[in-house]
Amino acid sequence: MAAGVAAWLPFARAAAIGWMPVANCPMPLAPTEKNKRQDELIILNVSGRRFQTWRTTLERYPDTLLGSTEKEFFFNEDTKEYFFDRDPEVFRCILNFYRTGKLHYPRYECISAYDEELAFYGILPEIIGDCCYEEYKDRKRENAERLMDDNDSENNQEGSMPSLSFRQTMWRAFENPHTSTLALVFYYVTGFFIAVSVITNVVETVPCGTVPGNKELPCGERYAVAFFCLDTACVMIFTVEYLLRLFAAPSRYRFIRSVMSIIDVVAIMPYYIGLVMTNNEDVSGAFVTLRVFRVFRIFKFSRHSQGLRILGYTLKSCASELGFLLFSLTMAIIIFATVMFYAEKGSSASKFTSIPASFWYTIVTMTTLGYGDMVPKTIAGKIFGSICSLSGVLVIALPVPVIVSNFSRIYHQNQRADKRRAQKKARLARIRVAKTGSSNAYLHSKRNGLLNEALELTGSTEDEQHTTKGTSLIESQHHHLLHCLEKTTNHEFIDEQLFEQNCMESSMQNYPSSRSPSLSSHHGLTTSCCSRRHKKTTHLPNSSVPATRLRSMQELSTIHIQCSEQPSLTTSRSSLNMKSDDGLRPNCKAAQITTAIISIPTPPALTPEGESRPPPSSPGHSTNISTTTTSNIVKVSAL
Amino acid sequence: PTARAHTCCPCNPPGQTKKALKQRFLKLLPCCRPKSIPSLSESNVEDEFELSTVCHRPEGLEQLQEQTKFTRKELQVLYRGFKNECPSGIVNEENFKQIYSQFFPQGDSSTYATFLFNAFDTDHDGSVSFEDFVSGLSIILRGTIDDRLNWAFNLYDLNKDGCITKEEMLDIMKSIYDMMGKYTYPAMREEAPREHVENFFQKMDRNKDGVVTIEEFLESCQKDENIMRSMQLFDNVI
Repeated sequence: MAAGVAAWLPFARAAAIGWMPVANCPMPLAPTEKNKRQDELIILNVSGRRFQTWRTTLERYPDTLLGSTEKEFFFNEDTKEYFFDRDPEVFRCILNFYRTGKLHYPRYECISAYDEELAFYGILPEIIGDCCYEEYKDRKRENAERLMDDNDSENNQEGSMPSLSFRQTMWRAFENPHTSTLALVFYYVTGFFIAVSVITNVVETVPCGTVPGNKELPCGERYAVAFFCLDTACVMIFTVEYLLRLFAAPSRYRFIRSVMSIIDVVAIMPYYIGLVMTNNEDVSGAFVTLRVFRVFRIFKFSRHSQGLRILGYTLKSCASELGFLLFSLTMAIIIFATVMFYAEKGSSASKFTSIPASFWYTIVTMTTLGYGDMVPKTIAGKIFGSICSLSGVLVIALPVPVIVSNFSRIYHQNQRADKRRAQKKARLARIRVAKTGSSNAYLHSKRNGLLNEALELTGSTEDEQHTTKGTSLIESQHHHLLHCLEKTTNHEFIDEQLFEQNCMESSMQNYPSSRSPSLSSHHGLTTSCCSRRHKKTTHLPNSSVPATRLRSMQELSTIHIQCSEQPSLTTSRSSLNMKSDDGLRPNCKAAQITTAIISIPTPPALTPEGESRPPPSSPGHSTNISTTTTSNIVKVSAL
Repeated sequence: PTARAHTCCPCNPPGQTKKALKQRFLKLLPCCRPKSIPSLSESNVEDEFELSTVCHRPEGLEQLQEQTKFTRKELQVLYRGFKNECPSGIVNEENFKQIYSQFFPQGDSSTYATFLFNAFDTDHDGSVSFEDFVSGLSIILRGTIDDRLNWAFNLYDLNKDGCITKEEMLDIMKSIYDMMGKYTYPAMREEAPREHVENFFQKMDRNKDGVVTIEEFLESCQKDENIMRSMQLFDNVI
């Protein structure tokens, strides 16, 4: 419940008047204000700037510095004000948090200074409102990255690197050539050989002078041995490099699937296939086409060039735009080709023999190439041809700059949208956690409250370590309101987990039907109940600790309140930290109360939420379950 | 728009027929068609702007003191809280529902909040001002038990015709049960509100005519000590 609406709590409680006439059970007692102080103004002097606010405003958050008694340490007797030697600018935001319930993060403020102030005043940064939360997180992340970079560069300069395995050093050398001279040498050598290989592929086909016989030979055939040696050397280098990379890769499966390794394989495969295949006439034709794949070696340069990689990535991310351009071009080509075909059908010896044949003309005209190998001869053909070339200019020239600008726009937009989507999930999760937090606070205090009552009733001398610590009056009033609602509808609030559990179990167990609705017996009110039965049971099967707490166990507390017609007591399995039944026999006039906590064995470090009571006198008591024969108690077992 | 207006509206009509012809011709051109939609949206924006800046100030403190049974200090505290959540001075139904839902995180309290809103909004103008708010609270928190019961009856009587029918009661009951949400123990059944309504009518409807009038309601409530006792809970809310 936000503190801002705390002022409307009296209204909400007054609105409960609608429930009273329809309720069948009596309502619980309202919490009383122990000391009804007149609200007073208190003065907070922060480095000379005076802030004033009501005392109740500050007490809305009792677990912060200003809301608790911790501020008494800063009280200045002479001037009767609280003096804080801190930044007054940030204090403005903090005080506004008390007033409005929302903590804002001012953008001009340094993130570490702000964090320090929050820590000083005991406020968790998670409370920052949605409007400012992303900004805060961004700044915090940037700061953390900056710190990490600083640390890293420090480490690198010191040269104190953690000892990596040989494999890891090799992988690092491959990925980042600047780490050592050996890596740099390797990098340049491979680059050189890639260049050599590409150039030989190119030069192979250049005609290299004539041979007696008046036939022009390409260099590749004239100096076949030399080129073969060069090719062999390059392929050997590439193979060695590929195998080394494969060995050094941290995840070999992923490496094999990556694009670069596929390019590597495609680049060296033709050579090996050529080695394996014999000089068969039929197959050598196919073999020749395989050599085309050698040109893919040029893509290996992308390991050496950052720009190529970025270009490839942007093309990939704008694939849909390119696809659309292609699609619209195809549409235009088909339309114009059809038109030209039918226009030129009449003319004799026309080159437009079919629509697919006209495709070539359309493409050449639209891209304004105009080879001239296909020309329309009829008038209609010429008219449509000119329309085609004019529209070609528009269709091709216009989208290209749009696509180029789309690149950057879409790229940045995608990044921002992903960021927002990621933050949205986190934001919704936070809101949900806050909601469950407030409802769980009620369940939790219910359990605490009733346990405390049980303890009080048993005349326990143990101090109440877990009386509602930190629940302000407003909290208790809110919980009383929710309790009234429970009474009106004869149902109880429970946790989601327990609800699922109950659903599962209701299909397995059948409840004794005569279970009266819940009633919490206050000190003297044991007699009146809605249906005036003898046996009254109260169930608090819930109060499982929310997952946000450290514990993960579920607790089941059953309080059986029976009218004392029965001499025998119901005991249930008691955990090691619960009293034995002997200590629980109270002296109430008409009731016996047994409190049993059935719990799963917990880890030894228990949070102080009702379990940290010192073990009772008889810790090892594990009495058997014995159900009273006529009680209407339903046992809902814990998991 | 200015160019359009310039071409569309004939400034100095040489003759009626000529003007009519020209107007009819201009109407045919799509660009000159008088567009009523943009101007409407403009005025909508202005209207919204106006509404949001409407500020309502309550009457003076003394007048409120006379009209209600709160002390001066209590009125001050109430107004500060009211103004905090509704800086404009009035609450509309959406705001009301949103404020009320913050107290019941597990269930859906919007229907009950609507009923409450209608009960507080005594002059039925769609908004609850501070005077409405405080006069309602005065009856509930400082009125006699009969006053309170009357107010509750008014809340239940949705169409304000002086009697509560089973349907009205069922609506109210459903809205109360909605506030519990899904995760309850025992699990919420569909028939639970209806059974509760039957129970209520059995208790309240003396002459078994299917409706509960104000007299029957008051009589039955005064006989039920649970209800009487719970009415006293409101004595020290503030």
